[in-house]
Amino acid sequence: MTVTLVTLLKILVIYGGLINVAALMTLAERKVSAWMQFRIGPNRVGPWGVLQPLADGVKFIFKEEFTPEGANKFLFRIAPMLSAVPAMLTVAVLPLAGDIAIPKLGTFDLPFFGPTELGGITTNLSITDLDISVLFVLAVSGLSIYGIILGGWASNSKYSLLGALRASAQMISYELTLMLSLLSIVVMTGSLDLREIATSQATIGQWHIWTQPLAFILFVVATFAETNRHPFDFAECEPELVGGFHTEYSSMKFALFFMGEYCAMAVMSGLTVTFFLGGFGVPFWPDAPWFVELPAFLAKTAFFLFLFIWVRWTLPRFRFDQLMGLSWKWLLNLALFNLFLTGLASALGWF
Amino acid sequence: MSTTRSQVFEYERGAAAQELKDDPLHGEAMVLNMGPQHPATHGVLRLVVTLDGETMRDVDADVGYLHRGKEKTCESLGWAKFFPHTDRLDYVQPLANNIAYALSIEKLAGIQVPERGQILRVLLMEVSRIAAHLIYLGTTCIDLGAITMFFACFKERETIYNFLDAYTGHRMNNTYVRIGGVYADLDETSTGILRTWLKDFPRAVDTFEKFLTGNRIWYDRNRNIGIIDRQMALDWSLNGPNLRGAGVDADLRKLEPYSGYERYDFEVPVGTVGDCYDRYLVRVEEMRQSARICVQALDLLEKTKGGEFLSEDRRYVLPPKGDVHRSMEELIFQFKIVTDLRLPKGEAYVPIESSKGELGFYLVSDGTAKPQRCHIRAPGLMNVQAIPILSRGRLLSDMVSLIGSLDFVMGEVDR
Repeated sequence: MTVTLVTLLKILVIYGGLINVAALMTLAERKVSAWMQFRIGPNRVGPWGVLQPLADGVKFIFKEEFTPEGANKFLFRIAPMLSAVPAMLTVAVLPLAGDIAIPKLGTFDLPFFGPTELGGITTNLSITDLDISVLFVLAVSGLSIYGIILGGWASNSKYSLLGALRASAQMISYELTLMLSLLSIVVMTGSLDLREIATSQATIGQWHIWTQPLAFILFVVATFAETNRHPFDFAECEPELVGGFHTEYSSMKFALFFMGEYCAMAVMSGLTVTFFLGGFGVPFWPDAPWFVELPAFLAKTAFFLFLFIWVRWTLPRFRFDQLMGLSWKWLLNLALFNLFLTGLASALGWF
Repeated sequence: MSTTRSQVFEYERGAAAQELKDDPLHGEAMVLNMGPQHPATHGVLRLVVTLDGETMRDVDADVGYLHRGKEKTCESLGWAKFFPHTDRLDYVQPLANNIAYALSIEKLAGIQVPERGQILRVLLMEVSRIAAHLIYLGTTCIDLGAITMFFACFKERETIYNFLDAYTGHRMNNTYVRIGGVYADLDETSTGILRTWLKDFPRAVDTFEKFLTGNRIWYDRNRNIGIIDRQMALDWSLNGPNLRGAGVDADLRKLEPYSGYERYDFEVPVGTVGDCYDRYLVRVEEMRQSARICVQALDLLEKTKGGEFLSEDRRYVLPPKGDVHRSMEELIFQFKIVTDLRLPKGEAYVPIESSKGELGFYLVSDGTAKPQRCHIRAPGLMNVQAIPILSRGRLLSDMVSLIGSLDFVMGEVDR
């Protein structure tokens, strides 16, 4: 009983948190870009513009819901969900902090269940602990591309179609790099469990960013492509394709695509931290309590989220064939090479 | 090898599609309509692109969406009243348009512009050139995804606007040039703004270059794209930085100096390859050279302080307002000029080197108060012509770099 309640609570808190992070990211994106561009940014709604995402949400709800002529209505409608849901699903296995001991709270008379004893268990801060969570993450995050392909195709617009085609080719290429760079971590830790990977990096010296620097760089580049972020944002690519796959989307459907993108960014940043920066581990404090570990994890994640914004407002955009060239000619080969080296070192028993 | 006009016109629409059908590896061509409302077409240019996958097989540039009949307006308004309309041609450099129009009229009327007036005009033209090139750089960067660069460029342009605001009273659409000179002398405040800005501007250009010139993505997006060779540039009468980027050392400021350009010390940058990257480098260098000319012009203005800046030829130049109230004769002059400004019979064409290339007003006068014919030789139109040949066989993404680097303003192309 307690376990069920605690899981429900965790689901509420973690998903609520993720959606809030996505909303605040839109604000952060505008604020940071404003600082970089000699502007002020949104500052009208609430103190320091904090309520801007809320105002945006209200605006999106009141916008006209437009379906273009000749669109496949069913696919057009479910595409935004297909894009947003996988991005949110992956957060389920993300280890946010270590063990939390819940003390005995006593016996309560609950409706339907009768007298129930609550408390007295130890849980940890992730919705579920799969022992193959790495596989789960890769499988589910790979699904989000369906939203983009179907959305682009169902819109019955040439710009959307081109954006969707680009996105699918790009995602497939970069997923390979993403997975191969992770495999070397898996080889090193011998585990597919995110929590185990995180706890295996107990001290700063054991962080995989030091032991696997190449994999780290490859992974970060691949996450940019995987989340369709600048300089790889070919799915939208406003100067050429107007809005890319979401050209024809309006109202909350568009907002869902947007949320999906920001959720994916948050999850990918969390994964980077888990794989390479010791996850929820606090530097120089091996057995920190969970309420220190959680902020530590969030702070590390925030840095990568900032990196996403920073890069977006700094670099020009690649051309599509250059992007594919980068993936197939360089990143994939480097990832394979890195995996080979890691495998060799592992076979020789160096770690 | 170069493509001539007739070759391109021979190229039938649909020929590209047929070619694709015969190729077993390709399906049908897709016709994509870019514009007239499209974020990358810099105004209302419509491009009909025949796509095979992402490769452009055929491109048809359709101009005319911003046609406002400016030439006809000139013919029905009369000589002096057309000045405000010239502002609206190439609206990123209104003062250069003013001057080009004034130069043709002055040649027709045979008016000498006083020395200080000429220096002021050179100053205004060079400031406009910098402003226009900043727009080029900013918008091209935004098209290629470097959005922050756009703001960096506009920060510099803002100071130019502040200067123009202080001097002419307007930020855009200044209409500050008159037949025979400029409307008023440069004051201390405006000079101060410009001098301070000119001191910092070369450093700002260095910053732009630091952001872009060595940037691998920027280089890849621009190098070897849209190569215009020497012959082709001449065949298609491209002009301005596009021509110079192709390696032709042609600058009207050097070839046919007007407004006393021969007095200034500056260099004309010339490209070697003729691609988008060369055109970018040429424009960046031109900004530096223009800043040099501005400094020289300010020094010359210092020397000629108190000199005349507007011709005193009362047949064409309005008398000062104070005199009109006091003197009968001046009142008559004012009345005659405002209501019935006649230019002698004849025709005139004085081209200037605007930021886009050779800009000139061909004026024909039949001796009445209205021009018989006004033709605007807009450099942008020639540059638009290059889009179809340059983009054929390239990727759709290259279109963005191309449009940006050819740098045209639709207000001038369609006029």
